[in-house]
Amino acid sequence: MLRFIVRRLLQMVGVVIVLSLLVFIWLRSLPGGTVSAMLGDRATPESTARLTKQLGLDQPLWVQYGRFVKRVLSGDFGLSTGVLPGRDALDLFLSRMPATIELSILALIIAVAAGIPLGYLAARRRASTLDNLSIVGSLVGVAVPVFFLAFVLKYIFAIQLGVLPVSGRQSTGLDATRVTGFFVLDGILTREWDASWDAFKHLILPALALSSIPFAVIFRITRASVLEVMDEDYVRTAESKGLATSTIRSRHILRNALLPVITTIGLQTGGLLVGAVLTERVFSLGGVGDALATAFTLRDYAVLQVLILAAAVTFVLVNLVVDILYAVIDPRVRTR
Amino acid sequence: MTETIENVQTQANRNEALLSVRDLRVTFQRHGEKPFVAVDGVSFDVRPGETVGLVGESGCGKSVTSLAIMGLLPRRGVKVEGEVDFQGTDLLRQSDDQMRDRRGRDLGMIFQDPLSSLNPVVPIGVQVTEVLERHRGMSRKAATPVAREMLDKVGIPDPERRLKDYPHQLSGGMRQRALIAMALACQPRVLIADEPTTALDVTIQAQILALLKDLVEDTGTALVMITHDLGVVAGLCDRVNVLYGGKIVERGDRHPLFASPRHPYTVGLLGSIPRLDGTRGERLTPIPGSVSDNLPWDSACAFAPRCPNAIEVCREARPELLDDGGGRWLRCHNPVENPLEVTR
Ligand SMILES: Nc1ncnc2c1ncn2[C@@H]1O[C@H](COP(=O)(O)OP(=O)(O)O)[C@@H](O)[C@H]1O
Ligand code: SF4
Ligand SMILES: [Mg+2]
Repeated sequence: MLRFIVRRLLQMVGVVIVLSLLVFIWLRSLPGGTVSAMLGDRATPESTARLTKQLGLDQPLWVQYGRFVKRVLSGDFGLSTGVLPGRDALDLFLSRMPATIELSILALIIAVAAGIPLGYLAARRRASTLDNLSIVGSLVGVAVPVFFLAFVLKYIFAIQLGVLPVSGRQSTGLDATRVTGFFVLDGILTREWDASWDAFKHLILPALALSSIPFAVIFRITRASVLEVMDEDYVRTAESKGLATSTIRSRHILRNALLPVITTIGLQTGGLLVGAVLTERVFSLGGVGDALATAFTLRDYAVLQVLILAAAVTFVLVNLVVDILYAVIDPRVRTR
Repeated sequence: MTETIENVQTQANRNEALLSVRDLRVTFQRHGEKPFVAVDGVSFDVRPGETVGLVGESGCGKSVTSLAIMGLLPRRGVKVEGEVDFQGTDLLRQSDDQMRDRRGRDLGMIFQDPLSSLNPVVPIGVQVTEVLERHRGMSRKAATPVAREMLDKVGIPDPERRLKDYPHQLSGGMRQRALIAMALACQPRVLIADEPTTALDVTIQAQILALLKDLVEDTGTALVMITHDLGVVAGLCDRVNVLYGGKIVERGDRHPLFASPRHPYTVGLLGSIPRLDGTRGERLTPIPGSVSDNLPWDSACAFAPRCPNAIEVCREARPELLDDGGGRWLRCHNPVENPLEVTR
């Protein structure tokens, strides 16, 4: 098991190196090069030459890549030019990240907590009303655009009914203590329960909207997978041993059926980030997704660099966790 | 003195059936399809310590019979009629929960393909102890030494280590032994073995059969041995039921049945197995045709289109299962008098 993890970690380092190369190449290939991209309309021959030298662009490519890696490793991505001009790009990212992570984790929890049990029940009662209703629900979940769902939820629950906040991460009058930047967690750490609860309420609607697609996917995969596993010989063996329904469900059906579901959850991370861009906009959460959209429109390359590398690292990390989880459940992969 | 009484009691019990299947009929009813009768009025008895064979070509209803006895057929789309008497209780009239209590405790079952019949992501040890936890109310900890003993008993070397192993780490024969250990963990009175050696190499087959024989002799478990291969039951069964098209067509004690099979189908089955004492180069004669040629049982003998002995009446009237007076039961209008006539 340890060897499996070490091997996966090494593979992950490889993936990140390749990704950094891609980002590096992408930066070199910006229209008109980095310098004109950074200087924009203000470019003069002198300033261009100065910046070229300053950035080391007159050096051979491999030297440039070496510098790029060195800067990345020391956390120096340059200053933001568009999202928050003058702010260090990494700082900016770090201050935005907690909102996105809180949002994504809650969305994923909702998707898993609803998708897996519903998928299991729908499979066990195939062709029942519950099954048909959940299938329709999951189709709607995939078909309705996330931002539209976000608007509808906001309109009904925040604007019309007024039961949940309209936007932001926390109510303004609260004066909560900041520790980690994760507002829900901060409230718990400082025992400011009202602050924690308030931040959580701000997350509910955006997380619901964001969870729609992963929920639908997890539901469908769970249902299909449970249907398949239910027909396996070993489930019949378990039945022939007279085991309790709960044992058969958890140990013999779900433990096998969840393997493809776990893989799916890993693959959902990319989609979750795309969804976060839209939801954060609608609910003004000021997260990474929101920054990504702004950075893209304003061509804030420093911030884009950080975001792309961070997204890549997140994706790789999540899939590492997924692989390890898979290996914990399935002994056959461990030896592979 | 006590010895004598016990002996008398055992004697009495031996004559009384432990499991008595009466007129078992299983009909599959799919939406928009016409009902299909897979098991058509099957009756047989199994006495304590006895081994009874259920033999027939693939598709004749052997597995469906065993699943019906175990209560493992789906409720939807399946109609099960008749009676399965186990120690005075009709198993077919038991609730799902009552059957769940009996399976693994009173009735054990092992299946054809040991690899797919084992859960790939659960250690062998847990797959044995879970039966004891469920039916004996033991903790995992208390059940583990019992499980180890079971693995030892079914001939798995180094059982301590094997407890922690997963199915993919065992060989085919070892997997079937592990399945036998699971089925016998709670010492059920009846064990149903559905083609337990079909997926195994010939040498392993013999080992597993020898193991089953030893176990039933030691524990007094009644064994229902299901196979398509008469060779498998030859050395194992006290009595043999030959199934064709969902009905028993011949039943008899092992020795007389093998010495002089009388139903043309049984003769055909015997002709299509390699005999160890047969002269080299002796031709195997498979039964011509296939089950798809069957006539409906209501008004004919289903086997008639494939039968070398068929006469006119075979296509006009259903033969009934009758005692020939010497303990042999036959469902045939024109049974074989001297089997050699047909095999050669
Ligand atoms: N679930 C099912 N639905 C419909 N028909 C079935 C089902 N299971 C078995 N059958 C049919 O019942 C007949 C007997 O099957 P089975 O008992 O499995 O045969 P075997 O003697 O080879 O074990 C076969 O014709 C098979 O197609
Ligand atoms: S009843 Fe007729 S057709 Fe059927 S097995 Fe006997 S002889 Fe053959
Ligand atoms: Mg079968």
